[in-house]
Amino acid sequence: MGTMLTINDINVFYGAIHAIKGVSLEVNEGEIVTLIGANGAGKSTILRTISGLLKPKTGSIQFEGQEIAGMPAHEIVKTGISQVPEGRRIFAEMSVLENLELGAFTRKDKDGIKADMELVFERFPRLKERIGQLAGTLSGGEQQMLAMGRALMSRPRLLLLDEPSMGLAPLLIKEIFTIIQDINKTGTTVLLVEQNANMALSIAHRAYVLETGRITLSGDAKELAASDEVRKAYLGG
Amino acid sequence: MNLLRKNDLIMLGLSLVIFAILQVLITTKVLTSFWELNLIIIGINVIMAVSLNLINGYTGQFSLGHAGFMAVGAYTGVVMTTFFHLPFIVAIIAGAVLAGLLGFLIGLPTLRLRGDYLAIATLGLGEIIRIVIMNLDYVGGAAGFKGITHHTNFAWVFLIMLFTLFVIKNFVNSSHGRACIAIRENEIAAEAMGINTTKYKVMAFTIGAAFAGVAGCLFGHNFYIISPGSFTFLASFNYLIMVVMGGLGSITGSIAGAFVVTFISAVLAPWPEFRMIIYALALILLMFYRPQGLFGYMEVTSMGIFRRIFKRGHES
Repeated sequence: MGTMLTINDINVFYGAIHAIKGVSLEVNEGEIVTLIGANGAGKSTILRTISGLLKPKTGSIQFEGQEIAGMPAHEIVKTGISQVPEGRRIFAEMSVLENLELGAFTRKDKDGIKADMELVFERFPRLKERIGQLAGTLSGGEQQMLAMGRALMSRPRLLLLDEPSMGLAPLLIKEIFTIIQDINKTGTTVLLVEQNANMALSIAHRAYVLETGRITLSGDAKELAASDEVRKAYLGG
Repeated sequence: MNLLRKNDLIMLGLSLVIFAILQVLITTKVLTSFWELNLIIIGINVIMAVSLNLINGYTGQFSLGHAGFMAVGAYTGVVMTTFFHLPFIVAIIAGAVLAGLLGFLIGLPTLRLRGDYLAIATLGLGEIIRIVIMNLDYVGGAAGFKGITHHTNFAWVFLIMLFTLFVIKNFVNSSHGRACIAIRENEIAAEAMGINTTKYKVMAFTIGAAFAGVAGCLFGHNFYIISPGSFTFLASFNYLIMVVMGGLGSITGSIAGAFVVTFISAVLAPWPEFRMIIYALALILLMFYRPQGLFGYMEVTSMGIFRRIFKRGHES
């Protein structure tokens, strides 16, 4: 199990605002790594920088040995990274099927796409039931499933998940997190950004704690969950 | 896929029947030359509305400079036929190419802008095109271009309109079209899916501009004179109204919008003082009761029509 993603000392700015201050992190092949932290700590910014929606001012991001910092987002998808954006961002006026088809936009292998579509439907049977329905009419949980299914359609080796629990009922959050674990077990490496630190630490192998643009803690997820510092700040005692 | 082809063929057949009927009515003078002229204008407006819909409705990029591209097509066309004595079809192609090229050059920098910023930028560019033409003595300047040979007739307009509809419909239903719609729905998600958003926005803008050029060339050869005054931003607004009225993102809607708007102005021509009032009232009512436009995202297909007729017949 080698290192899949290496971020080395990146700095990201929103105009004059210095959002990410020299962050370095690593994701190994086969892991679930989670990035936790309070609102505005910069968790989503890091994900958006990896997927190319934002460009780092300095620093390097290497994916499987290839430098991807500064590459346009649509090129990064082709290297094998897929993002489930925050707030799901499904294509509301398109059907479930069309959303999934767009997930495979960069692929040309029709048989492979068909097979992966079946896998997505196996993982999310509810999407199959609603295959012809407009995505905007799905419930919040179903939309999250669609966003995840859509991201899987590009057959990523690294899946970036941005707040998958946002706005969902506790029972649904559990379901979603079980699915994330399943996806990981079938060979997809996961980088998970969450505000729900409890849930995130319970399924992750390793974790990084982010505070106002800097990584303050990192290590084994179970150990972090047990540490006083994290418990006080993020787990409510 | 088979169904799509069948659908296309039936639609083509229906269109040709309509064309034949109208053409006969025109040659036998049942339809007066006033109505022939209006049919021609409807056809040109359909091309304008459908091509604008590709940019505004399908790709979601709010452009307000469509009349500018029409002007480029019109002036390129009349220069080709009048100065170089080239055949009409060459003029049409030249108009399309030049308008498309300009669309590409303008689209590349401006399509980075979003929403109202893009609207203002395209509005300004449309005006720049018009003012440049107004100051070109070579094409007659503000007084207009005179001495154009009349080439446009109902047959040309109808057949080119069919061609336009065919191309744009197929583009919209292709994977390129899906990419454009995805950009409209959510640009960030589209980018995250691996869609090169700049490329597809510029592509839609270029195709839209090229067909506006075609419409312009038909428009230019319909009268014996054209002037920059026909291509003001008010004209761009007029085409936008057709698109919004019909439904952003529906080709059928754009056809209906172009038809309704042109028809209302034609019928109310004898009462110009009421024309704008009724026009405005119709728009306000439409926005109140059907803000998504007459058709919304819906399309009328021959299969859909048959299914409906069959169902009705079954019930009664």
